[in-house]
This record gives sequence, structure tokens and C-alpha cells, in this order.
Amino acid sequence: MAREYLLGNAAIARGILEAGASVVTSYPGTPASEIVETLAPLAEKYDLHVEWSVNEKAALEVAIGASWTGTRAAAVMKHVGLNVAADPFMTLAYTGVRGGLVVITSDDPFCHSSQNEQDSRRYAQFACIPCLDPADPQEARDMTIYAFELSEELELPVLLRPTTRVSHARADVDVGEIKKTRAKSEFLKNPVRWVALPAHARPRHSVLLEKQDEIKASLEKSPWNRLVLRGELGVIASGISGLYAEEAVKQLDADISILRIGTFPPPDSLCSEFIRHVSKVMVIEELEPVLEEYVERAAREHNPDLDILGKRTGHIPREGELDSRIARNAIANMADLPLVESPSLREAVEILPRRPPALCPGCGHRAAYYAMREAFGKDAIFPSDIGCYTLAVDMGTIDTCLCMGASITLASGIRFSGEERDICCSIGDSTFLHTGLPGLLNAAYNRARITIAILDNSTTAMTGHQPHPGTGVTASGDKTKAVSLASLAKALGADFVEIVDPYDLYATIETFKRARDYQGLSVVIAKQVCVINERRAGIRRKPFMVNENCTGCRECIEFGCPAIEFEEDRARINSLCTGCGVCAQICPSEAIEVVK
Amino acid sequence: MKTKTSECDIVVVGVGGQGVILISSIIGKAALKAGLPIRSAETHGMAQRGGSVINHLRIGCVFGPMVPAGGADILLALEPAEALRYAHYLSKDGVALVNTNPVLPSTVTTGQSRYPSLEEILAPLQRICRDVKTVDATKLAVKAGNPQTMNVVMLGVLSKYIPLREEMLIESLIESVPAKFIEVNRRAFELGKSEMKAQT
Repeated sequence: MAREYLLGNAAIARGILEAGASVVTSYPGTPASEIVETLAPLAEKYDLHVEWSVNEKAALEVAIGASWTGTRAAAVMKHVGLNVAADPFMTLAYTGVRGGLVVITSDDPFCHSSQNEQDSRRYAQFACIPCLDPADPQEARDMTIYAFELSEELELPVLLRPTTRVSHARADVDVGEIKKTRAKSEFLKNPVRWVALPAHARPRHSVLLEKQDEIKASLEKSPWNRLVLRGELGVIASGISGLYAEEAVKQLDADISILRIGTFPPPDSLCSEFIRHVSKVMVIEELEPVLEEYVERAAREHNPDLDILGKRTGHIPREGELDSRIARNAIANMADLPLVESPSLREAVEILPRRPPALCPGCGHRAAYYAMREAFGKDAIFPSDIGCYTLAVDMGTIDTCLCMGASITLASGIRFSGEERDICCSIGDSTFLHTGLPGLLNAAYNRARITIAILDNSTTAMTGHQPHPGTGVTASGDKTKAVSLASLAKALGADFVEIVDPYDLYATIETFKRARDYQGLSVVIAKQVCVINERRAGIRRKPFMVNENCTGCRECIEFGCPAIEFEEDRARINSLCTGCGVCAQICPSEAIEVVK
Repeated sequence: MKTKTSECDIVVVGVGGQGVILISSIIGKAALKAGLPIRSAETHGMAQRGGSVINHLRIGCVFGPMVPAGGADILLALEPAEALRYAHYLSKDGVALVNTNPVLPSTVTTGQSRYPSLEEILAPLQRICRDVKTVDATKLAVKAGNPQTMNVVMLGVLSKYIPLREEMLIESLIESVPAKFIEVNRRAFELGKSEMKAQT
């Protein structure tokens, strides 16, 4: 046993290693990305197959294939990734698993880096499989190991659901030894199990339903639910909210019973003991009232007079993330103890400039969007997608962002509605390969007259620069085939496909104009390596400067690059300049030149 | 009187790219060496693209990783506007340690917003907490030999305020930076530390 200071996601990776899993798959997504990032460099050492899959559906299916040979496998994704993988996920509960299979999906209360804050515990309920809700990195590591054992015991997949504040928390974590033995893998033919024909699926559904009591019995024995009986006021809290509640009760120094829940379904016997003991209970959990609904049902049987406070009564918010202060005030409110005020500072609201995250200085996406706007005009419609480029929302070229890959299909729908203005949608290279491909095929097949801009920075930048099938490198750094985006676009039915360098601004504008005027589906691939990767590779371009020709017209300022400032009626280029040279092409006065 | 649930609650704030995560990690590893339980929460993802960044550190704590608003013993700010943005985390008895060198957000460089003066930023801070210490850490980092070590200058500034021995912090610092940058980082740490000595 050793103790390490670990990020929650690294603790989960550690659990995967200690459990002896051999196949780990994922598509990057905050807050889950660091799990596979931790494992990828260790793939060779521990004889693992670690992959960045093209999307979460592929990731889960690869993991399922491995599990059906008897190998332990994990499929890792962010919460919305499970939507993409929902198809295999739901039927997997029917077929079940052989080698332990853990689906890890990191939820993001408050949408720190996401388009919604859905609660994955609902998915586990939906699929009728067990779900573990870790409170901190230690529990995340411990539960990961347990999840593999539970999965094999029940022959069902297990959902591990950390949240941002577990995945991106760091703590001292006790770790154990890493098993290096790879289980013997063999696919045993068994059509009744693995072929989900209607005739097979019906009895498997019955098997799944019969297993529900077995799931409960196993979880009852697990150490993840903890009851401390004190006074007749009680708190029941799930996952990280259990820690908030414990801290609050300690700070209030109040005689309050606590039941911390780490498993779904919750343990009936502990819960009924708690529910019979208390007269009033505060249910504390983030997002959906999953535990609260359980308590309401259980109270009907065990304590019909129980006063249940929580989301339904407005004591606990159903959106955003919780913290110990919210928990403390909710509990204080129930116990008639004084509340603590939430401090706020007038000046922080009144005088501070906003600091939104922005595209990097020299980012090729900014140049591509500038060219797109010049060619199409501000009145055109610009559906977009999910990636760094969505940060360009202030440029006026991001009109929609819904889910991975939706730019092309939304653009098609807008066209088919009868909308007559020009439409140019944008999608990143990794997103295009994730779920943009069927959208392009659909657009070509159904003859959508739109332009698709593939913003190709040759990486999955937003989530930490993971490789993808267009990069020619695997997760563990091995060389592989690099697929050509242009060839793919052509193969999927686009007749107009052109590649441009967005740093060559006027050529890019001209290409976008040709694409705009093309009577059919046009694809423009704006290709420029991510500036962060370029810097890491040691590539340095000469920076630019503003000379005496500057008239203070602000054209370059409108471009929005953080390397360009406006000072005393003149533009100035600061030390952030990466030398892309796009502003020099925008300047109408030839006032921007390379530093000699 | 509230029951203490953490020995020392710190929020480290700044701008993406300034090294908030690195110094948080150095402090965390030092706490581990000292055998103290440590909980921290980091900003990843969106906020790293030049956005505002906050990390929470709770030394001697076994609860959730986030410092509650109004609960921080120390606000360590690598950038002045960010100090004010997160000042509501400070407890009345807390101390704010502020690098005075601003990083202008794009909303300012493009002329949409104004960056407040240092006096405007510090006045509310001085009103709500026990003490505010200001340091031109960026200048000291240049003096140390590399402007990138500004975060480590601030770590030196912090060193006298946290319940961790200096050796632990330095040991953890050495383990956390590439070998060829150890010397410059040690100088940065010393400069931050002696600046605090000079001020008190």
C-alpha cells in the first residue's frame, strides 16, 4: 500500500490497472479525458490495449467485444458521450458481460465544459444496471476495482459515475499493487446470449429483471453506504454531496443522523432503518432527484409521516453544482439553526472586465472564421459544432451548437425548411470523424445545398490534444494509417472539396466564395496545425509588429486576436504573437510587418 | 464558533497559462509529504483558453475539495483582477496575496471594457479581509531569470502563511519542474519569500 497525490481521474486509471483490465476505450471529453491520458503511456508496460475510439459508441462496442471474450474492459466517456453510446448500452444490459465491464461516465454539474448537465444515474436506472457514485478520488479508485468484481459477479455492466469535482479533484489516495497478468481471452460462441434477436432478447429481458434483487443484495453488502444514527433529524446524501453534508453537520455541531449513499439502487435495509429512525429528512444530491424519489417511495412503506425536504420542496437546487455551504444552509434551515450568508462583492460585479476563454493567439480557426464571414457576409447562417472553435462565438460565425456532429445535419434541416440565405456550417476534424461523417453522407444523399467547413487543426484540441484517425498516431503513440479528410468527404458524396491554409487569408476567402456559389454540397477543409501543438513541436515563426503607418482604424482589433492591443489610438502587438501573419493581411495600411 | 473542518483553506486564482495548476500541485504534494490529508479542486477544459482559473486547496481536510465562499484562509492571486473576481471566497480573518501585474483580457484589449486601477481592485479586498499583501511577482520572476516563474515567486510569498514546512515545499517544487529549470525556480521561490520578509 502506498499513498499518492492523485487527480480523481488518475485514481480511476489506477483502479483500472489494479483491477487488471486489459482493454480501455474512450473518446476524449472533459471531465473524463485524463483517465485514458493516464493509461495510454502505460499501455506497453502493462500489456494493455488503450484506444482513443472515434466516438463513444465505438468505444463501448470495442469494450463489449473484449468483455465477451472474458477480458476485463472499461469504456470511458463524458456524460453526453453516453448518449452516443446509449444504443449498445441499453441492450448490453440484456446480453450481459463475461469479463468485468465498467462504463465510466463523468457528469458535469454546472456545465463547466459541457452543453448540458444530465444525470447519468438515470441511465443506470433506465438500463436496470448498478451505478456507483464516488465522493472523492479515494472512493473513485476503490469503487473502480469493486465495479469490475461486481460486474463479473452479476454478469452485468456497471456504471461508475464520478462528477467534475471528483474527476478533477486531487487528494491523497491509498493505492495497491498493479496486476500484470492478462486473463486468457476466448470468445465462446453462444448465440442465445450474444445475438439479440427478438426471440433471444425477450428471455434476456426477463433475466435482467430477475437480476434486480441480486443487484440489490450485492450492493447491500458493499461498503459504499454509511449510516450514522443520531437525532431524529436526518440527512441522506449521495456521492460528493455526502461529504458536503458531513462537513456541514460537523460545522453545525448538531445532533443529526446521516446516511451517505454511494450505490444505486440504494440499499433497502440501511435506508429503511434510517427512514424509521428520523421524523424529518433533507435529501441532498446534485442534479436529478434520483435518491429523493427513492426516499419518497421507501417512506410510504416505512414511515408515511416522514417529512421529506429536498428538491421538491425547493431546499436543494436541481441545477448547477452543490457545495458545503448549500448543504449547510439546507441542514441549518431544517434544524432551525442560523444560516450563513453568501458573501458577494459589489465591485467584483461592477468594475471587473469579463475574461471569457478565447481562441489562442494565432489560432487558425480565427482566420478561417474571418475568411468565412468575409465570403458569406454576416447575414448568412452559420451552424457550428463542439470544439475549441465554439469559443469564436463572438465572431458571429457560430449560430448553433447542439451536440457532437450536429452542425452538418442542422444546416441541412435549415436548408430543407426553405431558408434561402447562404449556409456555411463549421465542424472540427475530430468532431467530423466522431459523428460528422453520417451527417455529410446524409447531406450529400439528400442533396443539401450547403457549405461545410472542416476546421482541421490535426488534433482534438479542446480536451487536451488527443490524436484521432486523421493524425496517423494512436493513443499509445504508435504510428497508424492517417485517414484523409478530403478523401472521406469525396467518398461520402461531396463533389466540391478544397483544402486551404487559413493563414493565407485571401486564398481562403476566395475558396469560401467559390464554395458559396457552388450549386450543390461544398466542403472546404481549412487546415492549419493547432498553435499549441506547433509550439510544443518547437516550431517558431517570427512575430509581427505595428509600424508607423498605423492609422488607428481598428480593423486588426476587430479580428479579436489576444496578441493585438489598442493603446493611445494605435494598435500594438504584444508578446503573445505567434507570427501567423493574418493581421498583416487584414491591415488596410500596411502597418503590420514581421519583426526584423 | 464554527468547528474547524480544514486546517488551512486556500484558493489559488489567475489566468489560464499562468501556472495555477502547477503550484497547486506542488502545495498538494508537499502536504502529502507532511502526512496531512489534502483535498483540492482544479479548473480544466474551457477555462484554460486564457480564461479565468480557480483552484481550491484544503490542507488537513477530509471533506469536499471546494473551499466554501467566505471560508478561505488565503487567497493567492497570480493576477490582480482575478483576486477581486474571487475575493468573496476570503474569510474575514483571511489574507490576500496578490501579484500586482495585470494580464489584460480580450474584452479590454479590444476596447469593450476597461481594466480597473490597482487601487480600485485592492480597496474592496482590504475592506473584507484581515490583510492584503501585494507583490510585483512578475518583476521578481524576471529578476530570478525567467518571467514564467511568476507562479513560483507567489509560492514563495505563500510559504510563510501555510502550515507546511518550507523544505517540503522546496522538495516538492524540485520534483515538479524539469531539471534544467530547478535553479531558476529556487531563485524565484527565494525572491518571493524574502519579499514577504521585507514587508513584515
